[in-house]
Amino acid sequence: MRLRAWDLTIERGGRRVIGGLSFEAPAGLGLIVTGPNGAGKTSLLRALAGFLPIEAGGFALDGGDSERTVGEQAHYLGHADGVKAALTAGENLAFAAAMLGGDSSRSAQLAALAGLGLSHVIDFPARLLSAGQRRRVALARLLVAQRPLWLLDEPTTALDAAAQGALAAIMRAHLEDGGILIAAAHAPLGLADAQELRLGAAREAAA
Amino acid sequence: MTPALALFVREWRVARRIGGGASVGVVFFLILVAVMPFALGPDLNLLARLGPAILWIAALLATLLGLDRLFQADHDDGSLDLLVNGSLPLEVVVLVKCAAHWTASALPLVVLSPLFGLMLAMAPLPLALVAATLAAGTPALTMIGAIGAALTVSLRRGGLLMAILVLPLTIPVLIFGVAAASAASGGSAPFRSPFLILCALSLAAVAGAPFAAAAALRQVRE
Repeated sequence: MRLRAWDLTIERGGRRVIGGLSFEAPAGLGLIVTGPNGAGKTSLLRALAGFLPIEAGGFALDGGDSERTVGEQAHYLGHADGVKAALTAGENLAFAAAMLGGDSSRSAQLAALAGLGLSHVIDFPARLLSAGQRRRVALARLLVAQRPLWLLDEPTTALDAAAQGALAAIMRAHLEDGGILIAAAHAPLGLADAQELRLGAAREAAA
Repeated sequence: MTPALALFVREWRVARRIGGGASVGVVFFLILVAVMPFALGPDLNLLARLGPAILWIAALLATLLGLDRLFQADHDDGSLDLLVNGSLPLEVVVLVKCAAHWTASALPLVVLSPLFGLMLAMAPLPLALVAATLAAGTPALTMIGAIGAALTVSLRRGGLLMAILVLPLTIPVLIFGVAAASAASGGSAPFRSPFLILCALSLAAVAGAPFAAAAALRQVRE
């Protein structure tokens, strides 16, 4: 399985953010999208998830489920992490699992939270959690529902060193299972053999 | 748990908890109805004649009041992304969210309307008819409002624009609702035909609005 994109062109508000980008993300190797602020990292991930229209080109998930869109086979985790403040961590995960086609049992929630060192807050309302803890609840979503493609936009934001280590372990396990990972990041994510896709380099050279 | 049931339960929980805003509509409804007799004066015949219209206007405004956050709250915290790429079609998401919103905020209003109608010196039969017309008509208000809520999902202070967009579309519901409700208290029309038209408006809105709102969400959200 691999994600293939060809001649991808994305415009936002009349400005061309990404022009003619082609890349491949094979299963088992992470793809780290880097680039300066405004280079189009978030736009690229949101376009792959199906949230932004693309002007030209296209992308496809080779070996995926042809009945579903790429976005419906993907976990997308952005800056707004989709954790409802009024619900407990467990309720948030139960809903995400049911919505994304996963296991909404309490044991699955506990296992997912334990993977991020957070099983003690399962019955806490999310509004009482710290920013890093909320982020980890959002990341636990990746574990309660199985989806082959992970699109992570700066996943380490607000995470402490231990949580970053746990996240790296989760990402490695996903890649070893044959999953695809595309992450936008400024800092290294702890993936040794990840490929790098640098955005904005052409624009820097032209300037 | 099926995805649709999980979404309904989640919407219901969010609405009922602190800051959820399910009771805002009912309280606003109570305020409007309670203030009317002070403004109109103690003429009981006048109050009883205006009662159905007052209850319906209050219900219309109270319904619109809570609707602007229907999709915006999910847009702001990012959970709309989850809904869009989830296992439910967006049309069904809209329908389930509206059903949960109606149960949490419009149904209490329908149930309490006979009680509030007492403040307007209405007789038992008109009270029952007003409750019946509200039960039949508020689904149409919620569904039509959902289209406006979807169109203004990414706008700050979109509630005002939403009201301007949606209010003209709700006028037929208001006309037939009040016509049916005032039939018992000496209105010009019989009860049956405006009530059936009201039911038809609600059914048409339930059938059509999810497609319009889902299309708006896909277009507007970027």
